[in-house]
Amino acid sequence: MFDFLEGYDLLGAFWVTVQLTVYSALGSLIWGTLLAGMKVSPVPLMRGFATGYVNVVRNIPLTVIILFASLGLFQTLSISLGASDFTDINFRLAVLSLSAYTAAFVCEALRSGINTVPVGQAEAARALGLSFTQILRLIILPQAFRSVVNPLSNVLIALTKNTTVAAAIGVAEASYLMKGMIENEAQLLLISAVFAFGFIVLTLPTGLILGWVSKKVAVKR
Amino acid sequence: MSGVSVTKGAEDAAPAAGDDLVVLSNVNKHFGALHVLQDIDLTIARGEVVVVIGPSGSGKSTLCRTINRLETIDSGAISIDGKPLPAEGKELARLRADVGMVFQSFNLFAHKTVLENVTLGQLKVRKTDKKAAEDKARSLLDRVGVGTQADKYPSQLSGGQQQRVAIARALAMDPKVMLFDEPTSALDPEMINEVLEVMQQLARDGMTMVVVTHEMGFARSAANRVVFMADGKIVEEATPDQFFSNPRSDRAKDFLSKILHH
Repeated sequence: MFDFLEGYDLLGAFWVTVQLTVYSALGSLIWGTLLAGMKVSPVPLMRGFATGYVNVVRNIPLTVIILFASLGLFQTLSISLGASDFTDINFRLAVLSLSAYTAAFVCEALRSGINTVPVGQAEAARALGLSFTQILRLIILPQAFRSVVNPLSNVLIALTKNTTVAAAIGVAEASYLMKGMIENEAQLLLISAVFAFGFIVLTLPTGLILGWVSKKVAVKR
Repeated sequence: MSGVSVTKGAEDAAPAAGDDLVVLSNVNKHFGALHVLQDIDLTIARGEVVVVIGPSGSGKSTLCRTINRLETIDSGAISIDGKPLPAEGKELARLRADVGMVFQSFNLFAHKTVLENVTLGQLKVRKTDKKAAEDKARSLLDRVGVGTQADKYPSQLSGGQQQRVAIARALAMDPKVMLFDEPTSALDPEMINEVLEVMQQLARDGMTMVVVTHEMGFARSAANRVVFMADGKIVEEATPDQFFSNPRSDRAKDFLSKILHH
């Protein structure tokens, strides 16, 4: 029944999906945290930049962002992100796009977490003589992160599925392989089912594990 | 009133004049249309214990919070140890490190243990090494009577214990002056005394203190001076004996008649 799978590197394709997800998750977490920090900073220019960034980026379709990275950054401006062959260049451009896009959602999730931290926590930290960045790093963000594990796991699940858009610029992840197989094999429904199952295998544990983590790290007040 | 039965005796040893630690002159602040601080002049000498009392909404908490600039002021000047209060940045942070603050709602860092709460400022602001910071934290926690709770999280402690940890956290910075913003107002009645006793001890040890409180027993026994505020103004300043037995202003007489007799 599953004969049609022979000759295709299914695991290899999903491995690319996993790599895209992991690198983009790290990238978006770092960039999103910086954006959230800017959004609550006392400097108006930083607040304005972060607000503008989030509003622009989260309202542009991911496909457009990824195509812009490929056509604009690479083909027009020749920015290749330090890679030499097309596979690497496209992979890196996809990670950059996914990170830039997802960071807007990480920032908003994190900002709602910052709002859950009582204002007295920051006041006590200021009264001790800590600087703004110290207060953010040591007091506010650690508590904010603990309260947004669930929203962040939603963002991570969405990111995992969004990696399929990277097929648009030829990154050989799972959905790219799926398109190829659909063209060559006569098992349309089964092929779709196999790939759907593959994504559930990736995302279901993510949700379950992070749900457990969320309870474990919750701050008691 | 909780009767804290400690005799003062600090009153006779009132600090020498001319050694002013905190000076507020002509301070004004508005919250929208509300003129919450009106032409406040107040001088606190080194080693002095000043208790600020008054009805709710009289501006006493705001006054306390302006001293380390948790509230900004609209006009006037505040100086601490001869230096004017910086507007922001590193200078302000450095000054705040020298001013201890205890809040009504404790505000212990919820994600850190009691010990970490008390060492944080030493490690990150004073750059003390870890061992020395922990030793100091433990001895301060012993001093306020919560030494056995060092490894617990704030939410596992009673209100009185949390507030004593908050006092230890402020003391760990070796502050020049301690500000108490209604430190016992959020506590169960039976926990008020354990906090007041720690504060009494601090006062006896010569700490400069500004205490906003409704605890008249504490004001009587520990204060060098009582400042009575109403409607954003300092209405009366006197020694506790004078103030409680023979208030001069009508507003103070009215206030005292309402709280001292039931």
